[in-house]
Amino acid sequence: MDKQYFHHALNIREEVCIGCSHCMRVCPTEAIRVRDGKSRLEANRCIDCGECYRVCPVEAITIEDDDFNKIFDYTSRIALVPAIFMGQFPEDITAAQIFAGIKDLGFTHVFEVEQGVEILRFAMTEYAKTHEHLRPLISSFCPAVVRLIQVKFPSLTDNIMLLRPPLDIAAAYYRKLLTDQGASEEEMGIFYVTPCAAKIAAVKSPVGEESSVITGVINMDVLYNKVYRIIKKGGSHNFDVPGIRPLSSYGITWSLTSGEKDLMEGRCLAIDEIHNVIAFLEKVENEEITDIDFLELRACDQSCAGGVLTNGNRFLTTDRLRKRANIRKLKGDDPGKPEEKSITYYQDYLLENINLTSVYPRSMHKFDDDMGVAMKKMNRFNELIKLFPQVDCGVCGAPSCQALSEDIVKEKAKLTDCIFVQKIYEQRGSLSQEDTLRIMKNIWGDERMNPYSKIE
Amino acid sequence: MHFEYIIDGGNFAKAGTASSLFKKVLKQLNVDPKLIKRTVVALYEAEVNIVAHAYNGVIRIDIDTERIYINLTDKGPGIPDIELAMQKGYSTATPEVREMGFGAGMGLSNIKANADKLKIQSEVGKGTTVEIEILLKG
Repeated sequence: MDKQYFHHALNIREEVCIGCSHCMRVCPTEAIRVRDGKSRLEANRCIDCGECYRVCPVEAITIEDDDFNKIFDYTSRIALVPAIFMGQFPEDITAAQIFAGIKDLGFTHVFEVEQGVEILRFAMTEYAKTHEHLRPLISSFCPAVVRLIQVKFPSLTDNIMLLRPPLDIAAAYYRKLLTDQGASEEEMGIFYVTPCAAKIAAVKSPVGEESSVITGVINMDVLYNKVYRIIKKGGSHNFDVPGIRPLSSYGITWSLTSGEKDLMEGRCLAIDEIHNVIAFLEKVENEEITDIDFLELRACDQSCAGGVLTNGNRFLTTDRLRKRANIRKLKGDDPGKPEEKSITYYQDYLLENINLTSVYPRSMHKFDDDMGVAMKKMNRFNELIKLFPQVDCGVCGAPSCQALSEDIVKEKAKLTDCIFVQKIYEQRGSLSQEDTLRIMKNIWGDERMNPYSKIE
Repeated sequence: MHFEYIIDGGNFAKAGTASSLFKKVLKQLNVDPKLIKRTVVALYEAEVNIVAHAYNGVIRIDIDTERIYINLTDKGPGIPDIELAMQKGYSTATPEVREMGFGAGMGLSNIKANADKLKIQSEVGKGTTVEIEILLKG
């Protein structure tokens, strides 16, 4: 058994999965196989991007958050809400109404994640200056991208900026704030409202940090439904949201595409959507592209507005946030002198704890740890790949002929899993029809083969 | 193990394909990411040189647990003065090639910086052979 590196928020419910293989075909890291009629996730390849979740026709794939009632285990219940959440609602619903709704559900404090940007933006500029030898620097913001680089582009792990995302900074701030006000750590529950699976995985098994400062995670679609219901019922009167200054315009747009890029110096690029990111990183890894200082890479189209747990249309969400940011900008972004209790008041403390330790390469491509053995396996792989039809039909339960070849070399599949090979073996007489049917049942399950027995 | 890639001169859209394919091989063989990077950068520069200057070429790569040996042989105009061509910033690339983002004159010196051994032989009017060696064991 391979050592499992990552905790995953994505989970395939076997009892619901119909083995349709839609997820297997869209997975950008080829982390899914079908066996016994069920999709199976290969833990060390999965990067929690959630593409499988989007295409599953029967909702067999779940994203594991914490039970909402877990918040009541704590006296101070803090909801850390990303700006994207406000963009889910129609325009006539105000941020104040949404905040009040969240408090009605039982939270004692509501705080916007991107307040952390006030600290992070300076740390990022500073990091770029002190790491001039490393280009391009890659933002650590999107956890799916960080994991993608670990498994698929291991030589670029050094380029990832070792800085905590706004979420961690916001959580650390709130912990500090409440502790200073006399609350004890045990009484404090900090819950993050997440737009995607990757963020959950990052909270539950953080890369580059010892442990997470976040107590639990609540899926954005769950909270959206609860809050929208309150507002629809006539709204809350719980308007005593503490007087924290509103998000800056760049805080509001931070999680949208170009949000980070616009604040960085030099030649900076923003790329969203996982396949675009992969194609670009291929070129960066070859050093085909060399004159870039900073890369903002996001796994979802329209960045977090397109997160798999968002309800709103991603283009409308983006538009709403940009509008909100423009209004904020007109009113002026200058925070002025740090007010007591505000996040910038704790700047020194937060900067001290802003660094991640390191991000290690975890190549998913390797045939074996030992290079000599890997070469033997590669020779076998090269023979196999010539045998297969390159149709990528997926009937073998692997997403491509290449993936099947890799699986065979790693002894996770058999040559006869390929339906083309089966036909030839049948003709030669080295496989019976019963044999091939048994192989198909092993991959696609007994049930899937049953209906055909009724055909006359 | 032996690998071969055929390179078309003038096809800039495909420049880098061989490097990408061989990069995947190196990852599959669990070669140290830092060595992969050096190999691929040297290989890419040499591949682009064939695309930019030659009519066609072949890349032959031999790899064992000790070293990676890359031989790039092209049919092309050849290099009249190899020493001059090795200098940083020296380039004979046409303005069209430069406009595509190639031909900055860093190619050969960049290969040298990343290779453990580099040998260039060239005959004007016939072609060039570039040999690159990367040692896998310190």
